[in-house]
Amino acid sequence: MSGPNTNYDPVEVSALDPANVDAAVQEALTAIAGAGSLDDLKAVRIAHQGEKSPLALANREIGALPPSAKAEAGKRVGQARGRVGQAIAARQAELEAERDERILVEERVDVTLPAVRRAAGARHPIELVSQRLADAFVGMGWEVAEGPELESEWLNFDALNLGPDHPARQMQDTFFLDPVDSGLVLRTQTSPVQIRTMLEKEPPIYVVAPGKVFRTDDLDATHTPVFHQIECLAIDKGLTMAHLRGALDAFVRIMFGEETRTRVRASYFPFTEPSMETDFVCFACHGTGHDESGAQCRSCGGSGWIELGGSGMVNRKVLRACGIDPDVYSGFAFGLGIERALMLRHGVQGMHEMVEGDIRFSQQFGMEV
Amino acid sequence: MRMPLRWLAEYTDLAPGTSGADVAAALVSVGIEEEDLHGGDITGPLVVGRVLELEEQVQKNGKPIRYCVVDVGENGQMLTEGKHQEIVCGAQNFEVGDLVVVVLPGATLPGGFQISARKTYGRVSNGMICAEDEIGLGHDHDGIIVLTRLLGEEASADLKPGDDAIALLGLGEETIEANVTPDRGYCFSVRGLAREYWHSQGSPEGGFRDPALVETPASNDLGYTVRVEDDSPIDGVAGCDRYVARIIRGIDPTRPSPAWMQQRLTQMGMRPISLAVDVTNYVMLAVGQPLHAFDVDKLSGSIVVRRARPGETLTTLDDVERTLSPEDLLITDGGEHLLAIAGVMGGASSEVDASTTSVLVEAAHFDSTSIARTSRRHKLVTEASKRFERGVDPALAATAAQLAVDLLVEHGGGTVDDGVTDLDRTTEPPAYLLDVTEPSRIVGLDYSRERVVKILRDLGCTVDESGQGTDETHVLVTPPSWRPDLVNDSPGPDYAEEVARIDGYNNIPSVTPTPVEGQGLTHGQKTRRVVADALAGAGFTEVLTYPFVAESLADELMLPADDDRRHAVRVANPLSEERPLLRTSVIASLVDALRRNVSRGHKDVALFELGLVFRPGGPLGRAPIPSVLQRPDADTLEQLYAAVPDQPRRAGLLATGLVERAGWWGPGRAADWSDAVAAVRTVATALAVDVVVANDPGHAPWHPGRCARLTLPDGTLVGHAGELHPKVLAALDLPPRTVAAEFDVDVLVSASAEPVQARPFSTFPPALTDIALLVRSDVAAADVEAALCAGAGEALESVVLFDVYEGERVEAGHRSLAYRLTFRAADRTLTTEEVNGFRDAAVAAAATATGAVQR
Repeated sequence: MSGPNTNYDPVEVSALDPANVDAAVQEALTAIAGAGSLDDLKAVRIAHQGEKSPLALANREIGALPPSAKAEAGKRVGQARGRVGQAIAARQAELEAERDERILVEERVDVTLPAVRRAAGARHPIELVSQRLADAFVGMGWEVAEGPELESEWLNFDALNLGPDHPARQMQDTFFLDPVDSGLVLRTQTSPVQIRTMLEKEPPIYVVAPGKVFRTDDLDATHTPVFHQIECLAIDKGLTMAHLRGALDAFVRIMFGEETRTRVRASYFPFTEPSMETDFVCFACHGTGHDESGAQCRSCGGSGWIELGGSGMVNRKVLRACGIDPDVYSGFAFGLGIERALMLRHGVQGMHEMVEGDIRFSQQFGMEV
Repeated sequence: MRMPLRWLAEYTDLAPGTSGADVAAALVSVGIEEEDLHGGDITGPLVVGRVLELEEQVQKNGKPIRYCVVDVGENGQMLTEGKHQEIVCGAQNFEVGDLVVVVLPGATLPGGFQISARKTYGRVSNGMICAEDEIGLGHDHDGIIVLTRLLGEEASADLKPGDDAIALLGLGEETIEANVTPDRGYCFSVRGLAREYWHSQGSPEGGFRDPALVETPASNDLGYTVRVEDDSPIDGVAGCDRYVARIIRGIDPTRPSPAWMQQRLTQMGMRPISLAVDVTNYVMLAVGQPLHAFDVDKLSGSIVVRRARPGETLTTLDDVERTLSPEDLLITDGGEHLLAIAGVMGGASSEVDASTTSVLVEAAHFDSTSIARTSRRHKLVTEASKRFERGVDPALAATAAQLAVDLLVEHGGGTVDDGVTDLDRTTEPPAYLLDVTEPSRIVGLDYSRERVVKILRDLGCTVDESGQGTDETHVLVTPPSWRPDLVNDSPGPDYAEEVARIDGYNNIPSVTPTPVEGQGLTHGQKTRRVVADALAGAGFTEVLTYPFVAESLADELMLPADDDRRHAVRVANPLSEERPLLRTSVIASLVDALRRNVSRGHKDVALFELGLVFRPGGPLGRAPIPSVLQRPDADTLEQLYAAVPDQPRRAGLLATGLVERAGWWGPGRAADWSDAVAAVRTVATALAVDVVVANDPGHAPWHPGRCARLTLPDGTLVGHAGELHPKVLAALDLPPRTVAAEFDVDVLVSASAEPVQARPFSTFPPALTDIALLVRSDVAAADVEAALCAGAGEALESVVLFDVYEGERVEAGHRSLAYRLTFRAADRTLTTEEVNGFRDAAVAAAATATGAVQR
């Protein structure tokens, strides 16, 4: 590097000549634009921005200029170096973006390749439907009650006003246990849970009881010896059949949607008085009673309606057997078969699929119904 | 109960054009459910045919098929081809010469079933010989209809091939089949159903014509002697409180019952038999009073109604010899010769037959409980027992007898005896002081006093508005004789149901009940969902199996002789004798589902079930059956609950085949013991419950070298997991290497009941150090890990076993366990010296506890 040369005419220093500076810049810009890769650009940077680049050399000459010329020359070279620097940075960014882009393209895989290495499990839809109904009622302030599946006869029958001679007791084909006089049975309904609840809790009582029940039916398309019911029981002051209808309507809405048409009719159950049966419009024939060919509808047997389940106001005798004063409290109860609901809501064709345990059945429902 | 529309129209007004469906809908509106609709949906030709030829050939499937030529008169092929009808038939119950019912091509049978000539079993069948169910006459499909058998010889005598069978069998007319609930015995009659239909039309004045309104003569001393000697009434209720006997003599036994009556009986699903029997059946169907006809010439003494004596037997009309119970009520001749099981079925010996000219008509009222028990005891459900069991109108006996007498005289030509026996000990039902606001209170809909009173009167009740106790809101109601269901100690709700039913159930408003407060799901309920969801998330599919298992299963599972799981509850009336026991573990029934899946070609199967198992621990106790008149006392309740055997809720799981699939990424991984253990650990982790795992060499049905026993830190047993014993797998026909776990969900529920207390964690950097320990191969890794934890001190954050090596580089009978220990102090960065100290302490503890040597 030269020291200041006071006798030196700056004009005579060719490296600082504006034309030369411009030329150096132009040359640099051309090289930058021509750099096709980050490696090229690295070479360009060394050539045009490095210590031995023309602009670096020119910059070094500034120190030798007389003070009067330094400012202008410094400005000129500084601007020139700035332009080159910016251009390199811009090109660098461009090339890096291109490189990143290219890597992403190169790393492309076929994401449609099967990706699940562990087979998924599933819940059984019977359980999911029970949960759904229970949750909806819990949301309305009810609670979930449970009881044993092997139950005392008294709780399963007698306390529900199903005395030994009651015709209705014959309608229920019960699994009796050995010895037959043990007073124990496999429960034929979830109703003994009602009795247990009433014996254990003071009113007001608002419970739903989902569970497994047993009857001596052979397995066929519409029967299974082990099936599931969900039952609701409410005991409070001033409950009426209107409340029963309200609860039933809620049930139907949760299960089958707002649009479901229902009808109610008088019926008979020993544990309720008055008793009621709820039907809803056949999902298959929409109430017409016949299919498109004019033949009788197989789903509803031609009536256009399908039974949802029985219900009624809890019989005073049942309340009394549980120690609840029927002159103070009234209540209602209703129940329905979960399998039936599943058939209606999800188009399950028959009982076999629900009880056989074929993994394909549960797996099609996922984890929420 | 069936009811042809024309019969209904005799007793009530049926608007012109009213269809069966209209009547069914009307009946539903008053609570009488439609079971089915019959008739009216057949379009002919449906004709009488006579079988001329039949040729039987056994088919390849072993089924005999008959190629028949049938004379169908001037119909079908006779018109088109000049020959008799050729029909292929699968039934066997007919012969050449029989009169049958033939449906010809062009006809439509119930259900829209169109008949055309079609080829079947190698030949063209030009129509079909019909069975009862095919033409909606009954549910019988055991064979085709042979008219001489269906209608009787006499009634069939005049039939000719080609006669219209639609009219003959009353199939042109719609018949409703109603489902009668047990409280409405009166609806087992056209009278009762007609009354209900009339109610559905608003009970218009004069719109119901009661067929039971006939004059009846008073009882006199000239009648047949009848004695009721019930020395052991059931629950103090007399077995027979009314017995009417009437006698008709000089009946011409060759006279058939009239065609209209036969047609009606056929429509009702009954077979015409003879005039005397048909008349009793017809009257029963009309008004609901079961009648019995005895041949007077076969009686020798007075009729005595009494209970059976031990050991007595009677051969009933169905030719079954029945050993009677002292609770069975009998009709006897002079007390000795048995005539009938009262209200259920007659005996063969006093049956009316083709030579009977004198008939004694019995119209009695029997106790419903007595009849129900007898019917159930003898597994004998008859038209009579169905009605008596549900309650017959006690006021009907004389009327029904009179109706029968009139019909027998009219059609049989006999004369009726002047003697009338009517032993009547029935009592008027008591009046009930009804609060007229009670129906409104129960139903939740306001009914005016006038409305309530009108409905009750329409129902046949007597309503006294001025008697003792009556006021603005109270009236005295006496139910009609045909409504025993309205007689009980608190009939208020029964009357409420009647008012609501006749007013219309669909008028009841819908009001959503508003419970005061709910606690949400219990911890146990939530926990069970977590368990099931965690298992499903871990790849197991939930199934629900029947809990019925075979007696041999305990052996197949290799349960030791003293294992508690051998104490199974036995079902007294199992569906299959092969599976009489209730499961004592979930796996016991889950294996069925696994086998089914495997047999269906699923190689990779992981199943679970969460449910109750039945663990009586010994023979079942006796549960008391206390009175239902009040709440059982505390002791009785305790006995009641205690008698119900223990039913813990358990989860079981099984896996076979690959748990990780093979694919483009490489080979899959087969399920092994560790997957079963991991599944239980996953569940425990999801519940934030710590479990301790130990090798359990002796727990069936697991492989003795591959079974983990899982406990809570306090030692409470959670369950077992691992690979099943190879012999068990072979015995149960399950795939080799099937793995299983079973654990007690209730234990996990209790273990997770307390809120989790958060542990503080350090933000200082961790220090990691690896160690390799040489231990004897029979030392459990869990023991080594426990010792390391105990020795390492509080700064130990985690221990991870990252390698297990067994082979030539270590001493025989030993293995090397490589652990990564992570230390972290709560308040500072640990120094290397400190960490080394902790590590050495851990190793020393492992050495002491398990003989481990650091490599």
